[in-house]
Amino acid sequence: MNDTPTAPLSEGAAAAPARQGTPKIQIRGLTKAFGPKVVLDGIDLDIYPGESMLVIGGSGSGKSVLLKCILGLLHPEAGSIKVDGEEVVGLYGDDLDRVRRKFGMLFQNAALFDSLTVWENVAFGLIQGQRMARGEARGIALEKLAAVGLNEEVARLMPAELSGGMRKRVGLARAIATEPEIIFFDEPTTGLDPIMGDVIDRLIVQCVKQLGATGLSITHDMASARRISDRVAMLYHGKIIWVGETATIDRSGNPYVDQFINGRADGPIQMEVRAL
Amino acid sequence: MPILQPIGRTFLVFLEATGRLSLFTIMSLSHCLRPPYYPRLVLRQMIEIGYYSLPVVGLTAIFTGMVLALQSYTGFARFSAESAIPNVVVVSITRELGPVLAGLMVAGRVGASMAAEIGTMRVTEQIDALDTLATNPFKYLIAPRLIAGLTMLPILVLIADIIGVFGGYLVSTQKLGFNPAAYLQNTWDFIEAQDVISGLVKAAVFGFLVTLMGCYHGYNSRGGAQGVGAATTNAVVSASILILSFNYFITELFFAR
Repeated sequence: MNDTPTAPLSEGAAAAPARQGTPKIQIRGLTKAFGPKVVLDGIDLDIYPGESMLVIGGSGSGKSVLLKCILGLLHPEAGSIKVDGEEVVGLYGDDLDRVRRKFGMLFQNAALFDSLTVWENVAFGLIQGQRMARGEARGIALEKLAAVGLNEEVARLMPAELSGGMRKRVGLARAIATEPEIIFFDEPTTGLDPIMGDVIDRLIVQCVKQLGATGLSITHDMASARRISDRVAMLYHGKIIWVGETATIDRSGNPYVDQFINGRADGPIQMEVRAL
Repeated sequence: MPILQPIGRTFLVFLEATGRLSLFTIMSLSHCLRPPYYPRLVLRQMIEIGYYSLPVVGLTAIFTGMVLALQSYTGFARFSAESAIPNVVVVSITRELGPVLAGLMVAGRVGASMAAEIGTMRVTEQIDALDTLATNPFKYLIAPRLIAGLTMLPILVLIADIIGVFGGYLVSTQKLGFNPAAYLQNTWDFIEAQDVISGLVKAAVFGFLVTLMGCYHGYNSRGGAQGVGAATTNAVVSASILILSFNYFITELFFAR
């Protein structure tokens, strides 16, 4: 880690309007290590209500770990995560569940429960988390499925019978079913063809806008990044090295960001590839 | 020094694993007792563990009873002690063979499938998804399985006891020339409540151990298909070893003078 060149932190502040009010999610000094490997090394990040923030970074740069720390699935070594001003690090049990009810998440491979039908998956948060009656929850599930372009016939299928794009759509319907205040998207277009990727991106934008939710996505698909986000933060070697408006990303002036968004092998980011 | 190092390391790994398993057990038990409860899921697991294990446990029991009668006949005939066969069959089945064999069969059938199912849920992020949907995986996945294991194994073993004794009865009356009425009377006269009760207590403990091992190894599995495979193997092996060792301790508790 120590021989890594320290990337300069630059903020696309010139073009970024100052964001008002308390951040929906405020992260300070977040550090997470797995044994000797430090994955997140003092992350500071503010996500404001109603905006769609995107974290980019290479594979293994700790993007998923960041999401899992916010959700309380992983416990950070140091730092603070505040959701609506409430400290999340160190919460457990019912208190953690209460905070988690504010979140919805679309997992990378949708993570649908394969012992339940499609509609039961979508209604899961309503039935189990909010103790809603099954009949009522089914109605809402069908509504949310319709919002992502899936009909009642699909609602009766098992997840194993769905294609990749359909699984993502069901995952999205499940993420929005409880009408959460914050929605996380973990590589929403990975593994999809470009057209289906665009369809999912549009659905994401539409659903987030309709709910008025705050979005946090991680991806390394730049086409998707430009479509779904208002602001971008780049994660490199456990640190946020650039934050700025998505529209200004091409003029970031940061060589690391330039190399990443243009997908070049040459540049300050060196892939650790061993010769055979 | 190089000799002591691996010993120390192994000991530390052992302590760590024991600690982790103890914490897992305490967490699981506390979630079994606290609401919310999931009666629908408990019922589903009861059917999975109890009803669907009936054929395999029944077959094991009947053949064991039959072999027991046949073997003890060939042995006891040397001492003209054939009349002890009904007693040997009923005591062996209710005290030992019923619970142990049913426990081992259920470990193979149910423990393995639990480890594989929960392990797959772990590696495909379904357990993380449960957490994010504000549903505790201990309550939703583990508690129903433990409750079902704890309650269904005694019922299975009770049925296995009856089928096992019936297997001995079949061989004794059809093949060895025993009088059916006398055989049953002998069995009934000899059997004591403690024989059956000790077997049922063993069954409850084994049911708990099998489901606990299935859940524990599944829940902690890592690294895709290989990890799930290893979890399945570990679940069956550890459950089998625990069954055999706890069998000794419970026997000592009940019958040691």
